Amino acid sequence: MSTNTLPAPTTAPEQRIATSPDLDFVRRSKPVSVVSDSLILAKRHLMRIPRQPDWLVGVTIMPIMFLLLFRYIFGETVQATLPPGVDAVNYLVMGIIVQGIVFGAMNTGLGLAMDAKEGLMDRFASLPMARSAVVLGRILADMGIAIFTTTITILVGLLVGFRPTTNVGDWIAAIGLMLLMAFVLAWLGAIIGLWLKTVEAVNSIGFTLIFPLTFLSSTFINPDFLPGWLQGFAKNQPFTLLLDATRGLLTGFPEIGNSAWMVTLYLLIALVVLVPIALRMYERRLTQ
Amino acid sequence: MSIRQDGRGEAAVIVEGLEKSFGSTRALDGIDFQVKRGTVLGLLGPNGAGKTTAVRILTTLLKPDAGRVEVAGIDVLAHPDQVRANIGLTGQNAAVDEILTGHENLVMFGQLYRLSLRSAKQRADELLERFDLSVAANRTLKTYSGGMRRRLDLAASLIVSPPVIFLDEPTTGLDPRSRNGMWEVIQDLVDDGTTVLLTTQYLEEADRLADNIVVVDHGRVIAEGTADQLKSQLGGERLAISVSSGTDLSLAERTLLEIAGSTGKVDGEVQIDADANQLTVPFAAGGRGLPDALRRLDAAGLELTDIALRRPTLDDVFLTLTGRTAEQEADASTEHAA
Ligand SMILES: Nc1ncnc2c1ncn2[C@@H]1O[C@H](COP(=O)(O)OP(=O)(O)OP(=O)(O)O)[C@@H](O)[C@H]1O
Ligand SMILES: [Mg+2]
Repeated sequence: MSTNTLPAPTTAPEQRIATSPDLDFVRRSKPVSVVSDSLILAKRHLMRIPRQPDWLVGVTIMPIMFLLLFRYIFGETVQATLPPGVDAVNYLVMGIIVQGIVFGAMNTGLGLAMDAKEGLMDRFASLPMARSAVVLGRILADMGIAIFTTTITILVGLLVGFRPTTNVGDWIAAIGLMLLMAFVLAWLGAIIGLWLKTVEAVNSIGFTLIFPLTFLSSTFINPDFLPGWLQGFAKNQPFTLLLDATRGLLTGFPEIGNSAWMVTLYLLIALVVLVPIALRMYERRLTQ
Repeated sequence: MSIRQDGRGEAAVIVEGLEKSFGSTRALDGIDFQVKRGTVLGLLGPNGAGKTTAVRILTTLLKPDAGRVEVAGIDVLAHPDQVRANIGLTGQNAAVDEILTGHENLVMFGQLYRLSLRSAKQRADELLERFDLSVAANRTLKTYSGGMRRRLDLAASLIVSPPVIFLDEPTTGLDPRSRNGMWEVIQDLVDDGTTVLLTTQYLEEADRLADNIVVVDHGRVIAEGTADQLKSQLGGERLAISVSSGTDLSLAERTLLEIAGSTGKVDGEVQIDADANQLTVPFAAGGRGLPDALRRLDAAGLELTDIALRRPTLDDVFLTLTGRTAEQEADASTEHAA
């Protein structure tokens, strides 16, 4: 039996058989539609945020609260672990910024789990849109949120004694690094969300996995002061590398050396690994 | 370019030998059916029959293990992208963004259907108007009732007026008024020439909307035909009586059989719900036979608490076709799956 009586596949993937004459369709190439569809969905996510008070609190009040608590309660303690001349406020603010970016990446996983729960993933999958845009749009929006949260943290930090470098080149490098970090980690968040599937699981298991990782690092204290058996892990695990590189760029401690370059390389390698995994998992999630 | 406008002609949906298993669950066990262009097909079946699985395969969301599917003249497995541009899907659960407004939802979906922003906005307004949602256009969906949400969900699948629409249990969970509203909307679609495949658990719904009905159970087609054909196969209306507790049910059963026998062909048996003291029998005589039936029941000394004529339900379809009620079927399949 003939299974395919269509003419040879044409360049435009979406051939419409019955179009309403008064509708105005936009023709886009595949790569362009990945970008435009991602932007449409990123806009959707950003429109949702101000309407969800709990999220607003999460991305504004929480980092500020974290910052003030650590600054005023643990400031002295942290100072004692740092070499002379290194300021604890600088150290802590940077830790909170990077931790905010890491936690923010989990939003990508949460969001995808939410879309699946609300049945929106099915609808998106039935539309003639770029499929990867569902993940990518989410990530773009979450990066927007990360930029917002980081800016707030830096501004409030400046009010309570954060004194980063004023060197423009270092700032540009640090911002670039943080954006790349947010982008790569969001793919990790997407994988966690697609793997754990439900909003509840991402909230509990996802954060349970991430929490110790961010604490057993140089986020809040100099890892030289951790128990010996933890030091090896805490000093070399990925979050510490991210922290050290951003800290080095903006506050000069630890010495930056070539760590920013190394971290960039690691992130790019991670990206090459994570993106195909996430997209494959997404495709599987759709058709199961 | 218009392709296959009149290609293979008649059928807007072709399903041949479709099979799909989830682990050891055989959701579709080789089903075949076709939907003629411009008609409505009702896919009727109890919980777990495989209706949603079939719709998901037809709308490119799921890959079958075997079989061939064609929608709007396009091979679904070979060209899923082209199929997506030509279908609308309203899934079993409303798939709309709760936190956006009705208008924002439709504009977003319109853009994802590749409409220009201007066209998407204009279309959103039109659809909100047509579905009686204009007043709620700028409210977030959290404030919508179940019926409004379902209408918006349907509107979203009609944005580009696709030639083929899939509706998976479009009225489940709606109150009778919203259900009627939904039926009218679907009827309008059909009048505009859209081909509709709808799944339902209600014979009444299939009866009201569908030109053809395919009854599925355990992933197989067990009956097929127009509503009239199915109903004549089922023997038309039912006479249902409730007797006061303590009544001899076998006496009631005998009496009902006599009554049914004297009014025409006896098709099927007396269905007895002992817990509710309720008995049902196919009853060809309709309303005109009712006085006579009452007299006989009275003469037999039966004390009735209720008597009614009702149209065949899905349960009756199943009782007639399989000898079991849909509920028992569903129970059996869950036991089986466990
Ligand atoms: N993703 C899945 N994984 C495992 N089993 C599944 C999956 N989807 C469906 N099934 C099983 O396949 C069978 C058919 O399910 P399907 O959802 O197609 O039925 P349905 O006719 O739509 O039922 P309902 O009226 O309850 O919606 C059921 O036994 C169901 O449990
Ligand atoms: Mg279903």
